[in-house]
Amino acid sequence: MTRVAVVGVGYSGFNTNTPDLSWKELMYEAAVRAYEDAGINPRRDVDSFVTCAEDFWEGFAIFDEFVPDQLGAVLKPTLTVTADFLYGIATAFMHIKSGLAEIAVVEAHSKASDILTFGNVMKFAFDPVWLRPIGKAHPYYFAALEKSYYSSLRGYCDDVYAEVVEKNKRNGRLNPDAPYSGNVTAEDVLSSEASFYPLRKLEIAERADGAVVFVLASDEVARQLTDTPVWVDGIGWWSETSNYDTMSFTAEYARKAAEMAYDMAGIEYPAKQVDIAEVDDRFAFKEVQHIEALKLAKPGEVDRLLSEGYFSRDGALPVNVSGGNLSVGNLLEATGGQKALEIVLQLRGEAGKRQVDAEMGVAQAWRYVPTASGAVAVFSR
Amino acid sequence: MFERIKGLKFHKKQDVAIVGAGITLFRRRMNETGKELSYYAVKQALEEAGLEISDIDMVVMGSAPDSFDGIHMKGEYLLDGSGGSNRPYMRVFVGGGTGVFAPIAGYWHVASGLADVCLVITEEKMSSVHPHPQSAFKYIWDPILDRPLNPNLIWIFALEMRRYMHENNIKHEDIALVSVKNKGNALDHPAAQVAEKITVEDVLSSEPMALPVRRLDVSPPSDGASALIMVAPHIARQLTDEPVWVDGVGWALDTTWWTNRDLYFPRYVAEAAKMAYKMAHITDPRKEIDVAEPYDPFDYKELHHMEGLGLAKKGEAPILTREGVTARDGDLPVCPSGGLLGVGNPIAATMGVKVAEIYWQLAYRAGKRQVAKEVTTGVAQAWGDLMQVGTVMVLSNKR
Repeated sequence: MTRVAVVGVGYSGFNTNTPDLSWKELMYEAAVRAYEDAGINPRRDVDSFVTCAEDFWEGFAIFDEFVPDQLGAVLKPTLTVTADFLYGIATAFMHIKSGLAEIAVVEAHSKASDILTFGNVMKFAFDPVWLRPIGKAHPYYFAALEKSYYSSLRGYCDDVYAEVVEKNKRNGRLNPDAPYSGNVTAEDVLSSEASFYPLRKLEIAERADGAVVFVLASDEVARQLTDTPVWVDGIGWWSETSNYDTMSFTAEYARKAAEMAYDMAGIEYPAKQVDIAEVDDRFAFKEVQHIEALKLAKPGEVDRLLSEGYFSRDGALPVNVSGGNLSVGNLLEATGGQKALEIVLQLRGEAGKRQVDAEMGVAQAWRYVPTASGAVAVFSR
Repeated sequence: MFERIKGLKFHKKQDVAIVGAGITLFRRRMNETGKELSYYAVKQALEEAGLEISDIDMVVMGSAPDSFDGIHMKGEYLLDGSGGSNRPYMRVFVGGGTGVFAPIAGYWHVASGLADVCLVITEEKMSSVHPHPQSAFKYIWDPILDRPLNPNLIWIFALEMRRYMHENNIKHEDIALVSVKNKGNALDHPAAQVAEKITVEDVLSSEPMALPVRRLDVSPPSDGASALIMVAPHIARQLTDEPVWVDGVGWALDTTWWTNRDLYFPRYVAEAAKMAYKMAHITDPRKEIDVAEPYDPFDYKELHHMEGLGLAKKGEAPILTREGVTARDGDLPVCPSGGLLGVGNPIAATMGVKVAEIYWQLAYRAGKRQVAKEVTTGVAQAWGDLMQVGTVMVLSNKR
């Protein structure tokens, strides 16, 4: 059975904004680095290109038109998945497994700084009849509702989320690509403004720009290209529903996606077998939800483990060593790209000052407000 | 530098069969939402396959731009109507090429072994854009170089049609025959929107849009949905004695700069076809393909695409059409469904008149539309983006 490996990674950013580069240049920069890393020529060697983008974030009606040139993909099999980068990994994974490709490239980027009315674009994701007309409320209020429900369900108070913010913002200080990192204490978080009550300002990831490109290959090709392949052991993706009134609010999508990925990777006890995890923390409470959904801790236990330092960089199971979205920023469809990138760098031993010892890592991303969809990937060295 | 293992091996985990399809009426301004349209198509396809929604492992959604509906993350919005709730659900998208691209995605879901039963659902609702989908197409252009010229799709296709006519010395009369044929074929399609008996003179005297393109050279904007069920061989054998197999898939995306190409020949279609034919072991498409559904949003496009698919030499497609080779009872029936010109053009949902039609033809389920000759192999193709993407699927009823 063909195995799939990551043989090259490249990225551009991550920054609060990039006035000096267009989105095409961001993509080009990341792609060139990934091809260089893998030692391939895209025009000659790559069989399939996958990009992950949503038209409204890009400001185009059909975004995939603008993809081929800067990736070296002209007149090659190229497609767009309208989802997070990890869905792109899933697509490339299937291309390699089905023999449609020996080498596949996955790209995602964020030029969030080009979006002038972020909240309004988000609002267009809501059902036009039932939810969009609700007053002038910012879509973040929907996340606030979810936080509120989840907290009461688990009996968590805001201290838990404040600890997440403290941990991630501090982790990010060792990551040169984490523009929103800092020495923030839990008290700072708790005293920050409740911009979308009960969501506080410091619990929300700010937006950032950046691009991530991965080169994936079948085992046969991977062994020729590199001595340090990082294997994609499992991949999973799942959607609950698109309706706010029928969502679980406990990240069921992440649990099911993780089950699929763990099954594929042959993982029975994730809390024991996974060494490092990068989970979606675009709202601080989401990290807690996702840790639980990925079965890295039992429901209701996350608060205790967090305060014991279990998920810290030097803890038993480091989560968001990169600083997570709270430090790196909200990268839109490239969010899972930053997560997967961190896992690959950690497994290769190239994570610099923030290096931890890990054999197996998990990356997870959510499709953001207002969805209950997401994907999980398991990598090993 | 490394030694590339030459050529793709297509070492798939399992073969892929189609066992059911569904299609809604193609119309404008239907009262239903996109979710409802999706539901109707899915229901039909499940019934034809003899399956329940709980039998579906994974769902692939195909839907063209979000701007048609004014809904961000349209894939997520359509999730529950299309049967994607509580399962892996993914939306793929290559503009107008999505109609054949979505089933290609369904193919790799099954061929890779990740799914045994995959539902492919395509939906488009173009009537939500007022007054016309052209206004959504305004946002497909490069904002610096193209958009300030205020272009619209009809006039770039007029450029392409003119170039094709000039290069191959083709008259408008030859091209109009395609519209006459397809709109006539569509009279037998129960989902058709603009089926009618017309003549070449009707086309040539219809309202000019951007010359040489006239009203009857063009397919209409439509709302609609279509669905396909794609399964692994062990499931197919349980469900039917006559599954239709996917023999080959191919897709290719050309450069963004459509202005830098010679428009008379669709290289992206030729590249996509090359990939699909290689996989299907087809060396002489004109002889080996029994029935074809090339993408025909404009009448000249059917000819253009026949040549891209290698079903005719460059400049030869109009001759085949004139000689009746491409008629439903001809030697190489082309668009026996009635195509987009006759049945309608709900961008992604054209899967129903392309891949689904070839499936129905090969399963001998096309009813009044069934072609006269015996069929074993068929090809479906779509095209889109900025005249830039080709998607091709080869199906056969033999294994």
